Amino acid sequence: MTEVRTERAISVVVNGVPREATVPVRWLLSDALRHGFGLTGTHVGCEHGVCGACTVLVDGQPTRSCLVLAVQVDGREVTTVEGLSRSDHQGGQVLHPIQEAFRECHALQCGFCTPGFLTTIAAGLDARDPSVEITEEEVDEMVGGNLCRCTGYANIKKACRHAAATMREAATPTEMAISAGDEEAGR
Amino acid sequence: MKPAPFSYADPTSVEEALDVLTAEGEGAKVLAGGQSLLPLLSMRLAAPTTLVDINRVPGLDQISAGPDGVRVGALVRHAQLLASAEAAGVQPLLGRATANVAHPAIRNRGTTVGSIAHADPSGEMTAVLALTDGSVTVATPDGRETVGWADFFLGPLETSVHGPAVVLDAFFPALPERSGTAFAEISRRKGDYAVCGAGVVVTLDDDRRVSSARAAYLSVGLVPEVHDLTDAVVGQPVDSADWAAAGELARGKVDPDGDLHASADYRRLLVATLTARTLADAGAEAARRTA
Repeated sequence: MTEVRTERAISVVVNGVPREATVPVRWLLSDALRHGFGLTGTHVGCEHGVCGACTVLVDGQPTRSCLVLAVQVDGREVTTVEGLSRSDHQGGQVLHPIQEAFRECHALQCGFCTPGFLTTIAAGLDARDPSVEITEEEVDEMVGGNLCRCTGYANIKKACRHAAATMREAATPTEMAISAGDEEAGR
Repeated sequence: MKPAPFSYADPTSVEEALDVLTAEGEGAKVLAGGQSLLPLLSMRLAAPTTLVDINRVPGLDQISAGPDGVRVGALVRHAQLLASAEAAGVQPLLGRATANVAHPAIRNRGTTVGSIAHADPSGEMTAVLALTDGSVTVATPDGRETVGWADFFLGPLETSVHGPAVVLDAFFPALPERSGTAFAEISRRKGDYAVCGAGVVVTLDDDRRVSSARAAYLSVGLVPEVHDLTDAVVGQPVDSADWAAAGELARGKVDPDGDLHASADYRRLLVATLTARTLADAGAEAARRTA
């Protein structure tokens, strides 16, 4: 017979680090991240799935951490905003292109909603073919599930386009070199 | 807020799940995607004593599309159904409606069958199950049975399934020949609950004249409702059918409630407009498939 419990042990990989914990079954994933693992980058806004501030990646997929129980991520990989940057292998960190773009485009003011935007957009950008120019519809779909009450979204959308352009450049260096060469030959 | 205390079980088979549901009694509730259930818990609108999480039951995450229709397992996420070209090929309403379900982050976790079992009359997939004349498979300790949509939905958030039971899958019959579909909804912000929504199926005869026009609506009744609008357009050539008349016919058939978001009259107006618009699109698609 399946055991009925009020606490359960979980093991989960958080931002690349295997973690073990015993959590109350009523804890939301957002509770476990903030109170259990001390990762307070994940912000909790409405706590019923509407605002998107708490969005994290579960096995790479954007997921509301307030709409998943902590016990349900047992055996999964979770990426929070703290895990979006990459090591530069010299002791430092390289920000994800969308993080750089948020800084560049001034896409945040109070910053409360920012972690949810960053995780959602980062997953969206990482999942698409970077060599194709991003469309307005794609940008709208990426930011449509998150609420921001400061910026009016203009700069957030600008950051999406900026990050997509950066990733496009990084993905197609050869092609661009060739087309630049053609242009010179044409002259 | 946080959910009130509850107990939790994560069985690894349907039989175990039914055992736990039986043992825990009335306060036990099945948890699949949780995108409707967990907000209810956090807002303290629901306080089950035990959650029976079926996410560890193998085999429930399959979509099987055949000539008769599409069977969607209890753990198939909206995003999985949306991405299924096979499902859309057999019944195009599945992809069209799923694209309107909330936002990508919700679709990654929420399940199609869960939203049907939740029986929210503003749900897209409840309307599609009704419009396609679909059914669900329900497992109980007594065995498995197929329940047609009309016998399944009793009221808002209420189904005919009582006692220990797990909805194993939903079956959406295939789109008939010479037919086209469309789905549209009006919401305050994209991804929010629809103020009103409509899904339609138009079928033509061999001469490209309308032989059937049916519509299902979201956020209009207490349960999903399907209306036959054929009388307004029957026998008309598809290219010049009076879809607006079908919209007016639908407007007279529905009896929506008014609320904070829209008055009853405004909802009736939306029914007329969305019906005419979607029927025109579905008619054009049916014409392409009849050529």
